[in-house]
Amino acid sequence: MDTCNASPLDSTPPVRGRMNIVIVGHVDHGKSTLLGRLYADTGSLPEGKLEKIQAICRQQGKEFEYAFLFDAFLEEQQQGITIDTARTFFQWDGRQYIIIDAPGHKEFLKNMVSGAARAEAALLVIDALEGVREQSRRHGLLLSMLGVRQVTVVVNKMDLVGYRHDTFESIKKEYQEFLAGLNVTPQYVIPASAKLGDNIVQRSRAMAWYTGPTVLESLGLFSSEVARHEKPLRFPLQDVYKFDARRILAGRVTAGRITVGDRLIFSPSNKTAMVRSIEAFNVEPPPIQAEAGQSIGITLDEQIFVERGEIVSHEDSLPLVSTTFRANLFWLGRRPLDIHRPYVVRLATQEEECEIVAIHRLVDATNLSAASPEHEPIHQVQRNEVAEVTIRAKTPLAFDLYADFDSTGRFVLVDNYDVAGGGIITAMIPDRHEQLRTEARLRDFAWVKGDVSPEDRAMHYGHRAAVVLLTGPDTAGKAFLARKLESVLVAEGRHAYLLDAANLRRGLDADLHEGNEAAEVVRRYGEVARLLVDTGLLVISTTNPFSLPTEQIVPALQTLIHPVPLLAVYMSREATDSVPEADLVFTGPEDFDALTHHILDALKRKGILAQVVGAYPTFQYSI
Amino acid sequence: MKHLRALEDQSVYILREAYKHFDNLAMLWSMGKDSTVLLWLARKAFFGHVPFPLIHIDTSYKIPEMIEYRDRLVREWRLNLVIGQNKQALAEGMNHTRGRIECCTALKTQGLKLLLEEKGYTGIILGVRADEESTRAKERYFSPRDKNNEWDFRDQPPELWDQFKTSFPPGTHIRIHPLLDWTEINIWEYIKLENIPFIDLYLDRGNGTRYRSLGCAPCTFPIQSTARTVDDIIEELRKSQVAERSGRAQDEGRGMELLRKDGYM
Repeated sequence: MDTCNASPLDSTPPVRGRMNIVIVGHVDHGKSTLLGRLYADTGSLPEGKLEKIQAICRQQGKEFEYAFLFDAFLEEQQQGITIDTARTFFQWDGRQYIIIDAPGHKEFLKNMVSGAARAEAALLVIDALEGVREQSRRHGLLLSMLGVRQVTVVVNKMDLVGYRHDTFESIKKEYQEFLAGLNVTPQYVIPASAKLGDNIVQRSRAMAWYTGPTVLESLGLFSSEVARHEKPLRFPLQDVYKFDARRILAGRVTAGRITVGDRLIFSPSNKTAMVRSIEAFNVEPPPIQAEAGQSIGITLDEQIFVERGEIVSHEDSLPLVSTTFRANLFWLGRRPLDIHRPYVVRLATQEEECEIVAIHRLVDATNLSAASPEHEPIHQVQRNEVAEVTIRAKTPLAFDLYADFDSTGRFVLVDNYDVAGGGIITAMIPDRHEQLRTEARLRDFAWVKGDVSPEDRAMHYGHRAAVVLLTGPDTAGKAFLARKLESVLVAEGRHAYLLDAANLRRGLDADLHEGNEAAEVVRRYGEVARLLVDTGLLVISTTNPFSLPTEQIVPALQTLIHPVPLLAVYMSREATDSVPEADLVFTGPEDFDALTHHILDALKRKGILAQVVGAYPTFQYSI
Repeated sequence: MKHLRALEDQSVYILREAYKHFDNLAMLWSMGKDSTVLLWLARKAFFGHVPFPLIHIDTSYKIPEMIEYRDRLVREWRLNLVIGQNKQALAEGMNHTRGRIECCTALKTQGLKLLLEEKGYTGIILGVRADEESTRAKERYFSPRDKNNEWDFRDQPPELWDQFKTSFPPGTHIRIHPLLDWTEINIWEYIKLENIPFIDLYLDRGNGTRYRSLGCAPCTFPIQSTARTVDDIIEELRKSQVAERSGRAQDEGRGMELLRKDGYM
């Protein structure tokens, strides 16, 4: 096979811009034909390609079709349909286009989505004889969800309806009304015949009533690049490198600008630092600013340890942080999305286990109405369906609403090994700890740091700071184990402290009244624990003095001491069915020496304690 | 210039995703213009370092200048080069006269497969471009290969919004294609912009011919050209309507579809 990257007949000017365009529409409405015609009539085909395909057609005894120019696989040629997206390259009037031919068959919707997700603009093809069909609508809906906001509609095969103006107008009206329901306004609606070349490159003589642009002209009227660099900064952290003396934070700026000297906020960890430099290879002089779209590396003025997944922003425009959000989701998986099955959500560079809390409604792509009766619980989303869902991740994620930021406002779900669905975030759902999280963020941004960093303390002490929280029913021996654990840790030379919440009752909590201030008791305890872990301590506690349910205490404390780890240890004398989520679970009568060592082992596994007493911990870590 | 930086940013992003997600990663380097641009992009992505080995599948039929050039860059850029060769096929006398597809399959596809088995790489970075030929136009950036190295182009996983396929069952591997969106002209424009060293076989050295695409000596033919500089090449390509790989014999008929399905690059 040969290529199709040639440029028009004459020598063309150097490329100024570049644009990805996807061609979508119902199967057989003529997408590949349109593409073939566009290349042929602009002289963009490699020498001999047209003749070669024509010769093959003669040989096989079938009529030549422009669509054959781009159908790569034997199977596609036999069936006369496009199976997978193909990129072709096309240059016109100083702009380089990557044109993505997306399949229109419902079976291959995942391929259409893969193609359209890369596009900045779309040509949506509708057959004038068949009119608006199921995939015409579904593709329109998906384009709006994928963030392709520039759409030009081509009403193709006008030759089959006698080039009638009224037929065109009625299709135009019907489809425009459909798109209006998606808040999409097509840039142009063009009557055309790809087969005969009407209004593709040459203006049609048969349709003098049409005065708008041809398809070729309409490409030039798509505007490049939304001004993403004018927005507030979003820089999802991709990786941290230490190949040489520099510790470089790598990633791609997805919105806004980043400048040397900027004060940065990392979400969801709430860490802060200043940009010392922007690093680049083979660039002189070194850059002092980077903007949306650029893959960059930065160094910071202090050694905070942050990891992939954080979203970097400026303080005046922070991303949202929550475990839970509402979204519009399209499902492409082999098996249906099931409310009872766990998934992995990938959002910018974050990756976290998640669950589907609710499927609110299925969207009928043909009329955008609810496809299911209201108030009837929905447990599954089938392949190629679109639904409104609420998703909850295991730990808090940083994100934006899709309406505000595209890259950090969308996500994919992974089922098994494959990306199986994608969605756009329509709302943040504040979880129970929203207020505490906001408090922790504001408190951390305003934190006055000394010269001794958490890393310095960790190196000095031989362990990281952490909270060990013993949970479980009364009389399980939690208080006894807590005391024992403190003694063993201190005897080993660790810096550990048993902080019983009861000790706050007569002092810090003296103004609180019994009974109705349970949440405030936890909050104050969390703030005290936050101070102690900032000194580098291992803080030990039981849930005994708290009157909230355990499943509320653990996340509340975790939110307040975030990102310092909390090790939850559940213990009970009897084996029970309803064990709350915990890092360690001890049930039945136990040997307390053994339990203590289980906890020490867990702390070592988590990299909190160095493996050998007296050794320095090998982790990369800090608060 | 701006469009080249956009291509560079996307390729760098893909390379960093690959490095983050694959513990046992390697990059195929044929010393041609594309995989050398890819190598340069890796140095961009990792700030002058190339933190994974480079694989050269040596068919033993490469043009000698290519080997000299390879060894020079390995020294100067301190690269970790791994050479793979299907020694058994060569010992049994495999060459292109036994059939071009057979020879490519034995020495390249099979040579790569043997090395993958030996080293256990789970991610392989390649410099293929969508505009080279039709099956490559259908590739994903991250493209799975099954246990037999085969590519199921009928059922490729979705790929959207730079969320790539980075998890896979044991025994399979992922091909990573950071140059998919580049065209031949983009490659030369970028070589010029960054001043990347390339083999002068791509230039007319006085006899009115040059190589447009480099492969094995017996199966790669020079084209008529008087391009003596990168600028000349770019100008020539802008005017040309001849396919880049027209000098590559294995592309004839449906050769590439069949070769690539079975694991060819």
